[in-house]
Amino acid sequence: MDKITLDINGQARDLELEPDLPLLWLLRDELALTGTKFGCGKGLCGACTVQVDGQPTRACVTPAATLAGRRITTIEGAEGHVVEAVRAAWLHLDVAQCGYCQPGQILAASALLARIPRPSDADIDQALSANLCRCGTYPRIRAAVHFAAESLARQPAI
Amino acid sequence: MNRRHFLIAAGLASGGFLIGCTDSARQQLTRGSLPLDEGEIALNGWVKVGPDGRVTVAMAHSEMGQGIHTALLMLVIEELDCGWDNIGFENAPIDRLYGNVASMAEGVPFRRDDDGLLARGARWTMRQVAQQLGVMATGGSSSVRDLWQVLREAAAVTRETLKQAVARENALASESLSLEAGSFLHEGKVVMSLGDAVRLLGEKPAPATRWTLRDPADFRYIGKPLPRKEARAKIDGTAQFGLDIRRPDMLFAAIRFCPVRTAAVLNFEGGKAAAAPGVRGVVAVPPLHGGTGGVAVVADRWWQARKALALVELEIEKTAMAEFSSQSAMAKLAQALDEEDGFAFWRQGDPEPALEGSARRLTAEYSAPWLAHTTLEPMNCTVEYHGDRATVWAPTQVPGMARAAAAKALELDAEQVDLQVTLLGGGFGRRLEVDMVGQAAAIARHFPGRAVQLVWSREDDVQHDFYRPACVSRFEAGLDAQGRIVAWRNTTASQAIVPEYLARTLGMPGMGPDKATSEGAFDQAYEFPHAHVAHVTVDLPVPVGFWRAVGHSHQAFFKESFIDECAHAAGRDPLDYRLALLADHPRERAVLQLATERAGWPSASEEGRALGLALHESFGTLVAQVAEVSRSETGGIRVHRVVCAVDCGLAVNPNLIAQQMESAVVYGLSAAMSGRIDIENGQIRQGNFHDYPALALAQCPVIETHLVPSVAPPGGIGEPGLPPLAPAVANAFHALTGTRLRALPLTLPA
Repeated sequence: MDKITLDINGQARDLELEPDLPLLWLLRDELALTGTKFGCGKGLCGACTVQVDGQPTRACVTPAATLAGRRITTIEGAEGHVVEAVRAAWLHLDVAQCGYCQPGQILAASALLARIPRPSDADIDQALSANLCRCGTYPRIRAAVHFAAESLARQPAI
Repeated sequence: MNRRHFLIAAGLASGGFLIGCTDSARQQLTRGSLPLDEGEIALNGWVKVGPDGRVTVAMAHSEMGQGIHTALLMLVIEELDCGWDNIGFENAPIDRLYGNVASMAEGVPFRRDDDGLLARGARWTMRQVAQQLGVMATGGSSSVRDLWQVLREAAAVTRETLKQAVARENALASESLSLEAGSFLHEGKVVMSLGDAVRLLGEKPAPATRWTLRDPADFRYIGKPLPRKEARAKIDGTAQFGLDIRRPDMLFAAIRFCPVRTAAVLNFEGGKAAAAPGVRGVVAVPPLHGGTGGVAVVADRWWQARKALALVELEIEKTAMAEFSSQSAMAKLAQALDEEDGFAFWRQGDPEPALEGSARRLTAEYSAPWLAHTTLEPMNCTVEYHGDRATVWAPTQVPGMARAAAAKALELDAEQVDLQVTLLGGGFGRRLEVDMVGQAAAIARHFPGRAVQLVWSREDDVQHDFYRPACVSRFEAGLDAQGRIVAWRNTTASQAIVPEYLARTLGMPGMGPDKATSEGAFDQAYEFPHAHVAHVTVDLPVPVGFWRAVGHSHQAFFKESFIDECAHAAGRDPLDYRLALLADHPRERAVLQLATERAGWPSASEEGRALGLALHESFGTLVAQVAEVSRSETGGIRVHRVVCAVDCGLAVNPNLIAQQMESAVVYGLSAAMSGRIDIENGQIRQGNFHDYPALALAQCPVIETHLVPSVAPPGGIGEPGLPPLAPAVANAFHALTGTRLRALPLTLPA
């Protein structure tokens, strides 16, 4: 067990961790942050996507103990004008179906828009194709990313 | 909150006053019992209204992405307009009242246009059986069809009763009042709020004896593209799936399954696992409800349980499954077609002499593999056992069966088990099974007083599924000199689903031929003068189950591909050829024409691309699709666009219908492009998304949905978009390359 302090959603958490414990299970089972989902356990589906220093990261294959000093953001703690624009676009286009992959999609889409404010279809393909959705919300995800980008372009930067 | 239980008066049905009610609706309106909060009223088991004007619907159907919570609330609010923000639901109690009649009634093995005595008798009998059994189930694209009448009636009687009370109180004629967005209006002015009207009724209100349903021309909610109710919870992380249940001091369980599907553990060595960090127990799990046996490790954290699984040693029983491999089984299915005639689901005219006398005969053999479901939320169930009672949280499509499975494993009466349905992270038929519920209860029994959450890994999910049956299909068509089909013979071979399913979930024997094996082959509209469609059931040890549009999902591929072959053999355009076979079927013609018109048939939008067409009816809904494809840079099939035309009767929510088309196209395309389960020595070779891939965003085509306007009663929508997808793509590929792909998944010849 290693003693470690992690920054999760802006909160410093003092934790004792097994060195190989994936962040996913720390979040879900230890901290009851269940918005981050378990889908494959192998970094193949993206359901567990969180942001680490703003980068989309697969929590199921990332040992929590490696994240000291990094900024971890889950769907519960995601805030700011980019993710709010993404959420608004998601509601406007009624993207979600079963909803299970959506926290991961939203964090991945927000990270994309933070990096590339006006992404092309090819940018979206590249950034979001590792986030699987079995319900097939892809066409609406694509449209919602463009919609969020347009609404952000109309807002003054904060 | 202080709750009383309100038993619905059985005397309600004493007069002949239920306007326009079917027998089943009458029964469903006059029985039931709902838990009520202080001041709430309920006139039936479906709808209650609070003194704050809030309407709560007893939700008998599971939300797995199809938007059913939203659609069913729309049916209620249409007749009881409390305002969209003031309507919600709670899980219906487990009661026969909420049994799904529509899905079972559809199980009779007759064509929809068969109006003979036998067919009518079977349908009537099946409805009676379904009502008696009262199995709560979400599946078969049946939820709206099942409750279309009942929910509107239940809401209307509630509205009318309240309206009469308001009329009496204000000395007004009841007919002069209307209810809009939570207020009773008289000549455009608010007379009383819905909540205040509830207060007028008292504890045991007498229900109104007459009411009318709103004319479809005046619908205010039905037909509108309302967004789903739970949309916000699904983007902020608060939506609660089965996997998200959290209880104080809960434990987590993982299972080391026998590698051979359905096998049982004879002996195990769990000492090392028991000594691993966090582990609280190691217990055997028998094969339950068709599941595989194994050994569960229970720990403070799932990660600890999962890691300790590697320390468990198993000795497993030898079964027939251990000798089984899928490759030789496909040959066995083909062999069954050589040797047996099977059960004829449809026979018309005299096909054999017609074939003999035809100008030209075409034959072909098609096949489809076993398929897994891979819902994104892995199988799970949470059970909190307290000796004489238990609570179960399950993301299930069958709450009553799930409760029975838990009760059996805990040796409790069903009434001692409180079963709560959570949101489902996908269903697709996998959650019609209750193996994971039985397992969770069997494990939790060892840990009284603490909730235990069983979570399967993705590998468990892929390797211990109930698979869509593999199927081999043979066709023979006789064409006349003009190329028209005069005789059609089609026999398919696969395992049956329904008898196994009934046995493992309900402990019941199956009845009669299994329609699920042949649905989509024998029940379509093409006007063949002579036809024979049969199915040979082959017993194999692979557990098979329902899947999205199960039988239709491969039968449509076979049939629509072979129709295309006939069109090409006749030198005819595939659209014109189909239209000529549907002279007396205007609804089919209309979807074909709408889809092709919107797709720009017969020309693809760019050089190097081609269009393919398919038509299929399933679950009371007609869908035509046009797929536009090209060769990808690597030589594979690239699908650019799928245009869907849908006749699902009256469109309750066009937004949800479009979503379901998109969903079915994506799910269908995953299966068509890469879905296959291979089995060797009883072990499933695939295990996760790297070898059982799901379509990714970059591969997703543009999907358009166009609705044929209709006022016919609604058809199903969760599944009908899937069957035509694979043949539309395969037909487009043929149009592009001249190569006919007759096996799923659509892999190209080397």
